[in-house]
Amino acid sequence: MTQYIVLSAILFTIGCVGVLTRRNAIVVFMCIELMLNACNLAFVAFARQHGNLDGQITAFFVMVVAAAEVVIGLAIIMTIFRTRRSASVDDASLLKY
Amino acid sequence: MTFWILAPIMVAAALGILFVRKAVHAALLLAVVMISLAFLYAVLDAPFLFAVQIIVYTGAILMLFLFVMMLIGVDATDSVVETIRGQRVMAVVLGLLFGVVLVLGISQVTLGAVVGLDEANAGGNVPAIANILFSRYVFAFEATSALLITAALGAMVLAHRERLTPRSTQADLAAQRLRDYAEHGKHLGPLPSPGVYARHNAVDTPALLPDGTAAESSVSRVLAARGTVRSAPALADDIDDVRRQIGDPATMPETSGKAGAPATTEEDVEKGVDK
Repeated sequence: MTQYIVLSAILFTIGCVGVLTRRNAIVVFMCIELMLNACNLAFVAFARQHGNLDGQITAFFVMVVAAAEVVIGLAIIMTIFRTRRSASVDDASLLKY
Repeated sequence: MTFWILAPIMVAAALGILFVRKAVHAALLLAVVMISLAFLYAVLDAPFLFAVQIIVYTGAILMLFLFVMMLIGVDATDSVVETIRGQRVMAVVLGLLFGVVLVLGISQVTLGAVVGLDEANAGGNVPAIANILFSRYVFAFEATSALLITAALGAMVLAHRERLTPRSTQADLAAQRLRDYAEHGKHLGPLPSPGVYARHNAVDTPALLPDGTAAESSVSRVLAARGTVRSAPALADDIDDVRRQIGDPATMPETSGKAGAPATTEEDVEKGVDK
C-alpha cells in the first residue's frame, strides 16, 4: 500500500514544482488539478488500507469541488485574457504598483 | 502489477507537463495521468470513482481546458524570461527537497496489514457509497449542490459582457453609408470583385484599373494583412516570363511555382503555331 502513497507524493511534488515554474495560467491550473488528483489517490489508497469508504467519499467531494473550481478559474483566466490579451501569470501584476 | 506498469507512465507524463512548451501538449499529458489514475482506482476497489474520474475529469474538466485553450489561442507558449531571477532553480530545488522529505517520511511509516474493502463493498460499491453519502455526509452533499450552483452563476457573471453601444440596425448602416458618400464622396455601391484573368483567377489577385494599377479595394483586407496578395507587378512578371519563353523557346527560363506549368503549355502551343 505504501507504493500508492509514494506515487501520490511524487505526483503532488511534480504539480507543486509546475505551479512554481510555469508561466501560462492554464498550465498552472492543470498542475493544481494534478495536485488534487494526487491527493485523491492517497484518499482512495487509505480507504482500502483502513477498510471503510470514507476516503472514497472524500475523494468524490474533492472531485466535485475541483469541477466547480475549474469552471470559476477558467472563467477568470478568460476575463483576464479579454482585458490584457495574455494568459501569462506574470502579466497580471497590477497590484504590485 | 497494474500499479508497476501505470506508475512510471504517470510519473513520466506528469514530468512532461513541466517541460512541454505548448499548453495543448500539457493537457494531453494530463489526460494520460488522469486515465491512469482511473485504472488505479479500479485496482483499489473503487469502481464508482473509476467511472467518475473518467467522466468528470477526463470527459468534462479536460474538455473545458481544451475549450478555453481554443478561445485564448492554442499557440500561446510560455515565455522563457524569468521575472524573478533564479526562480526556476529555486523552485526545482524546493520541489526536490519537498518530494524527498515526503517520500522518506512515508517510507518510515508502517501502515500495518491492509484491511481491504471486501467487507465494506459487500453489497456493491455504489450502494455502499450511496448509503454513507446520504446518511452521514448528507449535509456536505447538500452544501455541494449550493457550491455548484454558485459556481455556475459565477461563471455566467464572469463570462457576461455588457454591450456598451447600441446595436446598429440595417437602416442605420444604410444612413451611415449615404452620409459617408455626401461628406467624403465614398463609393456607395458594393466593393469591386477581385481580378478575373485568363491565367489566374483567385481572391488573392486584385482587379486592375483602366490605367493598369491594382485596385486595392478588390481584395480582402485580411489577405492584405497576411501579405498573401499577388501584386500587379508580380502578374506582370508572369507575363514577362511567358514573353521570354516565346521569344527564346530553346532555353527554358526558370519559372517559379504555379506559373511553371501553364507557361510550358503556352510555349508548346506557340511552337506549334510557329511551325
